[in-house]
Amino acid sequence: MPLSKEFVVYLALFAVVAILPFVGAYPVFVMKVMCFALFACAFNLLIGFTGLLSFGHAAFLGGAAYATGHALKFWGVSTEIGLLIGLLSGAALGFVMGALAIRRSGIYFSMITLALAQMLFFFFLQAPFTGGEDGLQSVPRGKFLGLVDLSSDVALYYVVLGIFVLSFLLIYRTVHSPFGQVLKAIRENEPRAMSLGYDTARFKLLAFVLSAALAGLAGATKTLVLGFATLTDAHWSTSGLVILMVLVGGMGTMLGPILGAFVIVALENKVGEIGMFLGRITGIEWFNGLGESVTIVTGLIFVICVMSFRRGIVGEFNEWWARRRAAASA
Amino acid sequence: MHRADIRPVPFLTAAMTELFGIPLPALLSQLLLGLVNGSFYAMLSLGLAVIFGLLNVINFAHGALYMMGAVFAWMGLTYFGLNYWVMLAVAPLLVGVFGIIIEKLLLRHLYKLDHLYGLLLTFGLVLLIEGLFRSFYGVSGLPYTVPEQLEGATNLGFMIMPNYRAWVVVASLIVCFGTWFVIERTKLGAYLRAGTENPQLTQAFGVNVPLMVTLTYGFGVALAGFAGVLAAPILQVQPLMGSNLIIVVFAVVVIGGMGSIMGSILTGLGLGVIEGFTRVFYPEASSTVVFVIMAIVLLIRPAGLFGKEK
Repeated sequence: MPLSKEFVVYLALFAVVAILPFVGAYPVFVMKVMCFALFACAFNLLIGFTGLLSFGHAAFLGGAAYATGHALKFWGVSTEIGLLIGLLSGAALGFVMGALAIRRSGIYFSMITLALAQMLFFFFLQAPFTGGEDGLQSVPRGKFLGLVDLSSDVALYYVVLGIFVLSFLLIYRTVHSPFGQVLKAIRENEPRAMSLGYDTARFKLLAFVLSAALAGLAGATKTLVLGFATLTDAHWSTSGLVILMVLVGGMGTMLGPILGAFVIVALENKVGEIGMFLGRITGIEWFNGLGESVTIVTGLIFVICVMSFRRGIVGEFNEWWARRRAAASA
Repeated sequence: MHRADIRPVPFLTAAMTELFGIPLPALLSQLLLGLVNGSFYAMLSLGLAVIFGLLNVINFAHGALYMMGAVFAWMGLTYFGLNYWVMLAVAPLLVGVFGIIIEKLLLRHLYKLDHLYGLLLTFGLVLLIEGLFRSFYGVSGLPYTVPEQLEGATNLGFMIMPNYRAWVVVASLIVCFGTWFVIERTKLGAYLRAGTENPQLTQAFGVNVPLMVTLTYGFGVALAGFAGVLAAPILQVQPLMGSNLIIVVFAVVVIGGMGSIMGSILTGLGLGVIEGFTRVFYPEASSTVVFVIMAIVLLIRPAGLFGKEK
């Protein structure tokens, strides 16, 4: 089977990420990017391919992060079981939230997911097992499949890369399957999909659960990488952040969420330095504190993207590429 | 947390009367606190409903604009020596003007797109506005005292009623029902309702719909600013005071449905009261009870209590 151009791009990307630890990249940073990239890809499955804007995805990331952290730390389960618990708790939360939220559509759907996630946030704030404001600290990494000692960052790096690649392939397969085609039909015109005999509510719920499960896996992996789970993961601002990642990268594209996650995570790390730099060259004291107010920058990017960059980086690139091809063949 | 402090008002008389094992004065003071929170829910969800009716935009920035109202009240007093009563009029005006600028500059260009973009834009504005205020004022509360005319409390015999809280409820009721009257009973309101129903046809009858849209947004957010000034003396004035509130208000809106003005007002007040009672009988659930009610309403009546399924 000849490889499509698309797959060549994926393979090249994979090769680059696979050698990153040997060319001086900081493994924990790249792993964090991969966790958020998986989170964003899972989110994109809903917004990009089903047309549902969930404003509560932090609940799955945060809920699974706590579940995995708790299982690894207090139950002493093995790493892969811990990850599985994260995945399943994401799916379970997704099933409950999804079943309620799909009873309304459009803008109400977004508000309901946001409200339910906030409810869960308050629950986590009070529940004894989350450690409240301090979060769940020093979660052990353990051994993967009882063989690979994950205390080494490099070993963990390839496990995380493996998780990401498998999840990405699953999403790719889903989007390009008959099931994915029905989801697209729902996105384009739900009443018509319904009139063709599809039980759209069931399809939407299934997509929601799948997306929540993968978001849960992202949260579980993140706990493994960083060794802690905090309330921030479950906060509404995290739900907003993942929307921004997908928006910046390109909704409904395969690579957009990955690129968006990289841009936003890198930006969050660097905003302080950028602020200091601006403060130095402009002499305005205020810029020095920019690192404390990252939301000014993310908010600004949000506004700019919504106003004039709705296709995102990958979407704009595809558009430009298609136009170039059309011009060349004309 | 945005909620008013939950310290029960000290009761001197009638402490013997009990209801469900709770002293009656304590119950009544929680009821009043619930009504105060309910007033904020009512004013904010009313504004959201009016805006959504005409613009089809869910204004995520509503909480941030409420915060701006409160901070403007504080700024007026601190920098210009303008007292509470002056700012109660000026701050909503400023917030309204700010809203009009947002509508003209940004929101206007999104009406033809999917409604979700309006939500996303206003969400970005929340981050931007809150971040800006935070970079200047931090997250610790800015002190703002109750105006002297409303200091102290009145002994009603069966309970001690703090004057300012009573004022908040009365003021918000006046504003809410005033809004209801204008929309449902005047000619201006008839234009507005016509514009909600069918903008093209209304425009064809010679009503300047784009202007009406701008002013409606300005009015809706001015309501939020007004609520913010009312909140300034009893809740902590700080840049993040609106962000948790707006999520509760979203739940209120889902419960009530946005189809009816009166529905928004009643749902807001009612949920505030229920929340107040929850604080008495099962305090752990007081921050989540509104969301639980939302889930139940979704199961029984997905369109909301006063909503019509489109």
